[in-house]
Amino acid sequence: MEKQLYTVTVFSENQVGLLNQISIIFTRRCLNIESLSVSPSSIEGVHKFTITCFSDRVTMEKVVKQIEKRIDVLKSFLYTDDEIVYQEVALYKVPTEKLLDANLEVIIRNHSARILEVTREYTVIEKTGHSDETEALFAELKSYDIRQFVRSGRVAVTKSPIEYVDMFLEEQNRRKDNAI
Amino acid sequence: MSEKITGAEALIKSLIAEGVDRVFGYPGGAIIPVYDKLYDYTDQLKHILVRHEQGATHAAQGYARVSGRTGVVIVTSGPAATNVITGLSDALMDSTPMVVITGQVASAFLGSDAFQETDVVGITQPITKWAYQIRRAEDIPWAVARAFYIAGTGRPGPVVLDLAKDAQTGLLEWSHKKCEFIRSYIPYPEVKQDDLQVVADLINVAERPMIISGHGVMISEAEKELAALAEKADIPVTATLLGLSTIPSSHPLYKGMLGMHGNIGPNVNTNRCDLLVAVGMRFDDRVTGDTSKYAKQAKIVHIDIDSSEFDKNVKTTATVHGDAKEVLARLLPLVNEAKHTEWLQTFDEMALVEQEKVVKREVFPESGLMNMGEVVHKVSKATGDRAVLITDVGQNQMFSSRYFRYTEPKSIITSGGLGTMGFGLPASIGAKMGAPERTVCFFTGDGGLQMTIQELGTIMEYGVAVKIILLNNNFLGNVRQWQELFFKGRFSQTPMVNPDFVQIADAYGIKAENVETREQLDGAIERMLAHDGAYLLNVNIDATDMIFPMTPAGAAVDDIMLTPDEKFKLD
Repeated sequence: MEKQLYTVTVFSENQVGLLNQISIIFTRRCLNIESLSVSPSSIEGVHKFTITCFSDRVTMEKVVKQIEKRIDVLKSFLYTDDEIVYQEVALYKVPTEKLLDANLEVIIRNHSARILEVTREYTVIEKTGHSDETEALFAELKSYDIRQFVRSGRVAVTKSPIEYVDMFLEEQNRRKDNAI
Repeated sequence: MSEKITGAEALIKSLIAEGVDRVFGYPGGAIIPVYDKLYDYTDQLKHILVRHEQGATHAAQGYARVSGRTGVVIVTSGPAATNVITGLSDALMDSTPMVVITGQVASAFLGSDAFQETDVVGITQPITKWAYQIRRAEDIPWAVARAFYIAGTGRPGPVVLDLAKDAQTGLLEWSHKKCEFIRSYIPYPEVKQDDLQVVADLINVAERPMIISGHGVMISEAEKELAALAEKADIPVTATLLGLSTIPSSHPLYKGMLGMHGNIGPNVNTNRCDLLVAVGMRFDDRVTGDTSKYAKQAKIVHIDIDSSEFDKNVKTTATVHGDAKEVLARLLPLVNEAKHTEWLQTFDEMALVEQEKVVKREVFPESGLMNMGEVVHKVSKATGDRAVLITDVGQNQMFSSRYFRYTEPKSIITSGGLGTMGFGLPASIGAKMGAPERTVCFFTGDGGLQMTIQELGTIMEYGVAVKIILLNNNFLGNVRQWQELFFKGRFSQTPMVNPDFVQIADAYGIKAENVETREQLDGAIERMLAHDGAYLLNVNIDATDMIFPMTPAGAAVDDIMLTPDEKFKLD
């Protein structure tokens, strides 16, 4: 089975220990989480996890079903890169002195990067983009003695015009009225 | 404004409000406030004091599976909580509704490595349907209601409530409201008519259909619907280990058990049918053998309440997501009447071979030491095939499930998924309490019995009338069998030096007798069943007796050993 990078999104209630519940589903299947990002979603009280993982489709479909099976998980989805718009952010801390020798303007322009802070000792550059783009800047800055480098997990929104989580919640509200 | 009560009392009142009248448990430091309040409620909530916390969980499982109600366990923190892990894991694998309440250190001490503190929620999350820590008294009614709703609905499973000590002593205004809805949880999915039609169309054109009846049929109490569908379309029914008794053994369409030690007909015909209709089962590896050689010629229909089981182990043609009872009932009018006489006969032909090559030797031996199969057969017969079978794990489990016969539903309780040795004795206690009007026969081995033998104390204290049939070969028989067949007869650590089990039973005031020879067997069974209380038969079994037929682990379902040297061949 062909392996590729998949993006899993999870919408959950805001309960203690959910991250553990989700991460052990990957652990049990010997799957390495490439990146992970968690934050409150646009829906009040609902948290969104964005997880990337390198695997095959059959395995990932099973993982998504197992995640959705957890009681406090509302919905989970599986995407390939062509189905989503996604971004990462990377920060680079480089000695200012070294950058003085570089053609900094060209670097910043070519990579559409930003400078966040400049001190006598160091400069912090920010780059948002796909991982190959943040890596490309990393490669370029490497010769200027990068002191710190950090890259966030992926965040993603779908290209689909249908908002499945909203639909699910509406459906559930209807069920709730019927149940009570 | 109503009067405030403690969290401990609220817990008990909420349990009673959820319809609980019996809990299995063991007191300790971090749960003392609950036990103190329990003292005032003994007329409404009976507490069964087990002898080890693991026993409490298996007793609750036995109780739940025989009655369909949720089993409840109360234990303390730390070591008590870790002692319930096996039972939780077993209950998750075998879809058993159970609520386990563990004591926990006071919330201010959480994370400080306090005395008898353990991370219960962290440990139990992978082996429970839901695990939740209660840190405030006022959360108790909500959490208890939610726990019972989650444990008992949909695909049932175990739930842990980890109750901090200060939540037990804190005060709240108690009122209990049953949980009927959780936004992120859909226990009973709406069955799609289109899905049903697809399945009905497949059934209507099938020439060699076969139904697999699993535990889900029992949980959903869909036995009548299953039989009605099978009868209308004349489809043979086979059962998984946990699906046994979902159709009576004597039903003409019942063709036997699947799996590693199942019957030849169902296993071989798995690879000859043109349609498999699997209901409430999960294609466990003990059922499928090598999945790359499993039912490749057949279309596979999977009916289950848990959609994460679809295509997990075996690729399906069609699925119906829903509760078995509803799905089967709604399928019935869509399915045409049919006859599959020739196809049904193929099962019977193979049953004859099995009778000749396996059953005769096992159940009706003419000489030599006693076999497990013959003992099971005689006990089942003596109960009129109406008893509840409890098994331990190993050869005793396979022999008893094979040779016991089932007339009523919910007549087998066995540790299927986890295969927990020591499960049986406490499970039989719970089963007898959950179905006091039924005879409960517990078949065990000398290994498994000794794993939870302390529960003889529970049997003594509560006078639980369990019939214990110890199939004693002084060996860990199943491992011994593998060693004999696949490890050149090197019996590494499987012979056991055993105590005098009759004396042990005697010390607990449980009537017991040794059955040394075949001639003593009938009389002993009669005395055991005639006796009012618990009874133990220590039956001297031939250690070389092996369970056949056998599909070796990892082999195809139709690759079946009849004896160590003979494989089944189709004529």
